[in-house]
Amino acid sequence: MSVEQQIRQPFTANPVRANRGTGVQIRERRLGSITGFVGTAGELVQIARAGELAERERSFTQAGTCSSFCATLQLSLIQDAVVINHAPAGCAGDFPMFNLYNRYGQGKRKLTRQNARLLTTNLNEQDTIFGATHKLAEAIHKAYRTFQPKAIFVTASCTSGIIGEDLESVIEEAEQELGIPIASVNCEGFRSQVWATGWDAAYNSILRKIVRPPHQKLPETINIITFIGEDYFSELLQPIGLKPNLVVPFTGVEQLERLSEAGATAHMCSTLGTFLAAGLEREYGVPEIKSPPPYGLASTDRWLREVATLTGKSAHVEPFIAAERAAIAAQLEIFRKRFAGRKAFVAAGPSHGHSSMEVLQNLGFDLVGSCIFHHDARLDHGDPAGDSLQAATQHTPGLSYGVCNKQAFELVNLLRRLQPDLVIVRHPSLALSVAKLGIPAVFVDDEHIALGYRGLIRYACKLTNWLANPALERTLARTTKLPYTDWWLNQPPFSMLGEPR
Amino acid sequence: MSTILQHPRHLCALGGQQSVVAIPRAIPILHAGPGCGFKLHTGLGSYNGFQGGCYSGGASLVGSNVGEKEIVFGGEQRLRDVIDGALKVMDGDLYVVLSGCATDLVGDDTENVVAQYRRQGAPIVYAATGGFRGSNLQGHETIVNSIVNQFLTPQEKIPGLVNVWSTVPYYDPFWAGNLTAIQNLLAGLGLRANLLFGPDSDGIDSWCRVPAAELNLVVSSWTGLSTAQLLNERFGTPWLHWPTLPIGAIETSRFLRAVAEAAQVDGQVTQIFLERQEKRYHYYFERAADFFLEFRWDLPSHYVTVTDAFYGSGISRLLSGELGLLPLRHFVSDQPPIEQYQAIQQQFAVLSPELNAPVTFTADGDQIASELRKHPKSSPLILGSAWERDIAAELDGCHLSVTSPMMDRLAANGSYFGYDGALRLIEDIYGMILTAVQ
Amino acid sequence: MSATVGQPRQFCTLGGQQSVVAIERAIPIVHGGPGCSGKIFGGMSFFNGFQGSGYAGGNAVPGTNSCEKDIVFGGEQRLREVIDGTLKVMDGDLFVVLTGCTADLVGDDTATVVSEYRERGVPIVHASTGGFKGYNHLGHELVVKAIIEQLLVPAKAINPTLVNVWSVIPYQDTFWAGNLNAIRELLEGIGFEVNILFGHDSGGVAAWKRIPEAALNLVLSPWVGLSIAEKLQERFNTPYLHYPVLPIGAVETTRFLRTVAEFAQLPFQPVEDFIVKKEGHFYHFLDRAADFFMEMRWDLPGRFINISDSIYALGISRFLVNELSLHPAQQVVTDEPPEEHREDIRRHFAELKETVSAEVIFSNDSDTISRQLRKKGYDLPPLIIGSSWDRDLAREMGGFHLSIAMPVMDRLVLDRGYVGYEGGLRLIEDIYGSVLGTY
Repeated sequence: MSVEQQIRQPFTANPVRANRGTGVQIRERRLGSITGFVGTAGELVQIARAGELAERERSFTQAGTCSSFCATLQLSLIQDAVVINHAPAGCAGDFPMFNLYNRYGQGKRKLTRQNARLLTTNLNEQDTIFGATHKLAEAIHKAYRTFQPKAIFVTASCTSGIIGEDLESVIEEAEQELGIPIASVNCEGFRSQVWATGWDAAYNSILRKIVRPPHQKLPETINIITFIGEDYFSELLQPIGLKPNLVVPFTGVEQLERLSEAGATAHMCSTLGTFLAAGLEREYGVPEIKSPPPYGLASTDRWLREVATLTGKSAHVEPFIAAERAAIAAQLEIFRKRFAGRKAFVAAGPSHGHSSMEVLQNLGFDLVGSCIFHHDARLDHGDPAGDSLQAATQHTPGLSYGVCNKQAFELVNLLRRLQPDLVIVRHPSLALSVAKLGIPAVFVDDEHIALGYRGLIRYACKLTNWLANPALERTLARTTKLPYTDWWLNQPPFSMLGEPR
Repeated sequence: MSTILQHPRHLCALGGQQSVVAIPRAIPILHAGPGCGFKLHTGLGSYNGFQGGCYSGGASLVGSNVGEKEIVFGGEQRLRDVIDGALKVMDGDLYVVLSGCATDLVGDDTENVVAQYRRQGAPIVYAATGGFRGSNLQGHETIVNSIVNQFLTPQEKIPGLVNVWSTVPYYDPFWAGNLTAIQNLLAGLGLRANLLFGPDSDGIDSWCRVPAAELNLVVSSWTGLSTAQLLNERFGTPWLHWPTLPIGAIETSRFLRAVAEAAQVDGQVTQIFLERQEKRYHYYFERAADFFLEFRWDLPSHYVTVTDAFYGSGISRLLSGELGLLPLRHFVSDQPPIEQYQAIQQQFAVLSPELNAPVTFTADGDQIASELRKHPKSSPLILGSAWERDIAAELDGCHLSVTSPMMDRLAANGSYFGYDGALRLIEDIYGMILTAVQ
Repeated sequence: MSATVGQPRQFCTLGGQQSVVAIERAIPIVHGGPGCSGKIFGGMSFFNGFQGSGYAGGNAVPGTNSCEKDIVFGGEQRLREVIDGTLKVMDGDLFVVLTGCTADLVGDDTATVVSEYRERGVPIVHASTGGFKGYNHLGHELVVKAIIEQLLVPAKAINPTLVNVWSVIPYQDTFWAGNLNAIRELLEGIGFEVNILFGHDSGGVAAWKRIPEAALNLVLSPWVGLSIAEKLQERFNTPYLHYPVLPIGAVETTRFLRTVAEFAQLPFQPVEDFIVKKEGHFYHFLDRAADFFMEMRWDLPGRFINISDSIYALGISRFLVNELSLHPAQQVVTDEPPEEHREDIRRHFAELKETVSAEVIFSNDSDTISRQLRKKGYDLPPLIIGSSWDRDLAREMGGFHLSIAMPVMDRLVLDRGYVGYEGGLRLIEDIYGSVLGTY
């Protein structure tokens, strides 16, 4: 088939698909993921490897986060696409947040600042009784008229799922009419307690409907699956003759069509990108870098070496590693002395949380525990070399480790006992709970800041500022009250966690 | 009427969760999917004036996080587990269980589960707030009425006590400052405001006091009317409805006279208080007059409101009634009940018929932008949500965010209510314009 | 006085005219050239928060508009004409004659002319405020002292709860009206009767005549006002308390209230009750904004730089360090304090908090200031709180900016203030509003 003929193929007709059905399997089933565990890091690694990882449910829970949020976060930042949320208006609660991320990121990348393209079908009571596929059809046409997008994503909701809306038939008809790819995203909130399923759902839609077979190969381009951080990847890759292609936020549809052309796919967080990277490798032969992402000295060395091997750049990599390590050595030593003996705690998602743990240990902190938001027993590629928890705690398997899908009440109880000097937080609205204990809480904004060798120094500078004057935390501890009973604060922190299923 | 919304300005009925967060020491318990609480906190709190989680909101929200199992087999037992836990773990005076889309759709009998706890003496109520039932404004009303119906008992009347039912907490980013302003104004008339939300409220004690009030003051466009009617039925309390946000001397004095009459405040007391306030206001107003007069050439002469009915009508009355600006278009985005439309249109009609501007009821960003594009050379001052920034730039106009979602300002206790509120609004509007042009 | 100044941040001694405008029903009369009054009005009032003319300011100010004849032959007769006319035309309770450069240079005996009227019972005083004498804060003090010396008489009895307040300079401090209101409310809240002396509802000349009755003079500023308090102690034996930090936010305001209450020996409990109530309200909103401070993903200011007069630079620094955990970079004090006060000011900045101190530069020249600031590198965008002159500098440094110090050309200011518990919340909203507005 000629290139032109390939381009004119209808968008649904990609015969090579990881999933035959349109939706992605939830993480609990696909990756054996859990949201309840307490023990040590070493124990968790062992149990997961042995295939014996079992969920522990909580009787009392605080509100979590859902797949819809995660899916929309990625898709709403594709600059020439539109997202239609087929849901009542409340599911659009995160639209303003995405819009702010959008405008901010546009400013940083010198793009025109303009609103994110987001619609809701605003389902009401009548719709739940009589169905609302007509509304969806109307919304698709409205989106097309208003924005002339290159693609449309239709995100499902609890409501659309429960009332059994047939998104696919609406979408099929609209695609025929409009001639652009329209993808459903099966991110109904109730389907998974592991909100990372939302990323899988978004990436599944991109794989199904957007990515095309490669017209050419670009062996020196590395796809980096990430969020919205600054491009510090260039710092690591350009010196060895490679170029990062940061995806998915702030890309355009055409850039995503060409994901298959890259020389390899790497991760800023392997929990985020597992489904997409594995899909690109399976369907288009783009190899996935399976080593944990390049945070911390050991992981950066390992990652760079694997990247170099896969892309034929091994000759360049050793001198580069040596030079970079030397460049930061003196400053790193200063920071290690400064932070020696300071206790740190990490409350974040897996992979990136593990990366944070490694970085903090490199900087001399004494890691006293973690609460990680879920645990994947394996990643989509299935290779144990990708076990970021094992990599981060190989020297500290006895590290106290908990898995909880946020659950501030557990975190607060635990931190009151541990009294760390610093807590790294990676989910909105948790930092306040920590700060009210008088403990400095750092909400890590730019997720790339600690990347690589120089990132250790950048990160250390930021931490120094944060720890120098915790007046705000001390004030909050003095003047506010946490909403927990004395009874709860005297219970063991994980006493609401049930037995393994 | 539920149309597709581009860049929505309100959220779903479960958004009423924020009204519970706004009651001191009240604990919301969501019986819903795992993402609802967070999304609504983000949209009505965080990215709407950066209003944080405070006591029981944000990451502290209690939720059953229902999954596939509860959808298929029902979630009542899950709910019981979560309520049991909440009563032990969360230190609160009032617990409010709110149902989400998922649990309402599959038919969980949340009401009965909650009633059982209430019969055992727990201070717990239930509100049916499945998202598809309506907007967060409606959710707010449902919750308020549920507390009234399930929790309140008759009390002996307290002279001078006035319940205040005003804008929807969190949805209106200036709700807390507004309540303080109302409290201070009523105090000037010798009345005692019973605030049900915010840091100046006594939480559950204020709610228990509701039946003791001599008057229900509904200072909002349409939310709160059903509550006032309910309270009249149950406790015989009369109510006064004031549907436009009083901003500036003319409107605030008019408002206070009406309140004074309804609450039977002595005429002399009222007069003295109003005169003092007006005098002070006019001192500053006069001070700003040099500016208005000398910059008139360059300042926008026309304005657009893209807000809820309450703010839109109030702002219009200040800008047209006191500052001499001309209205270009009005968009009412809070989806009032259709039977209120005519009254609301009247509230915007401040000037003569030729000068008044049409009022369009819509919450769809696309429709709003299309309508405004019909005035391409207008360079208007647009007062709306942060979504309006793009269209303001397109029309070469100015923009100030005053309503949800307000992603570009931090709201602490600022307020546009009353005499002082007008001075604040004037400062903010012209400060924004001055900064933009320099 | 310094060398050439680029982009001035204060004006000349004749700026005392605005302090007269700020007294209710007081009328300034300018014995100087034809442009002075209008220029002062422009720089200190209009293009400084667009503060309008007020009662007798702006174009209403009577003046001799001295011309060549008055320079060559003297302007005393001219002055008599203008005073005569003012007394007939302008409805006022107090008249303050201020001299400009011309009258002082040529040696007009303005004092004698004015005293002739005063002897006839006219409430009129004279201040020698020729512009070359100094900056407008000197003018402010000269005007106040003139009223004290020429108009006030000892009190028959001392009022034990009456306090005179000497704080921000009217008009020079763009937010003076809101700030003075806040100070009045705070002090009334703990049991004082407050003689605020400037602004709406401050009592006009009747209030000024009560100054000698006060039990206490409060100097609420790093140094401006000290000489006034010393003069009052000399003439009327009134003790004074000097509290050098403008109280912004809860920590400082509470400390301030307790200090004043103790000095004046007020009953303990009502003061504490008031503080508890106010703090509760303040901390509720600080709590509510904390999610934002903790989580704001983008470039929140790392360090702050004040480029303003000593009262704001110090007050705001204390607030940002003690309540918001921000760090000071270099601070720039632009009001040229006399040498004898600089040591104290440096010490206050060195002691912002136990573990936090800031270096301070004294300069009012934009070029010097920007060169000094650019010497340092900043790893995060700095927050610059200065005057409107500093917007470009902030932009060049990749930082954020809020205009608070004179001249504030980019804001309309009515009764907004930054003093007190409320003021702290207002400052938080304004700082982060300006950060968010850039997205």
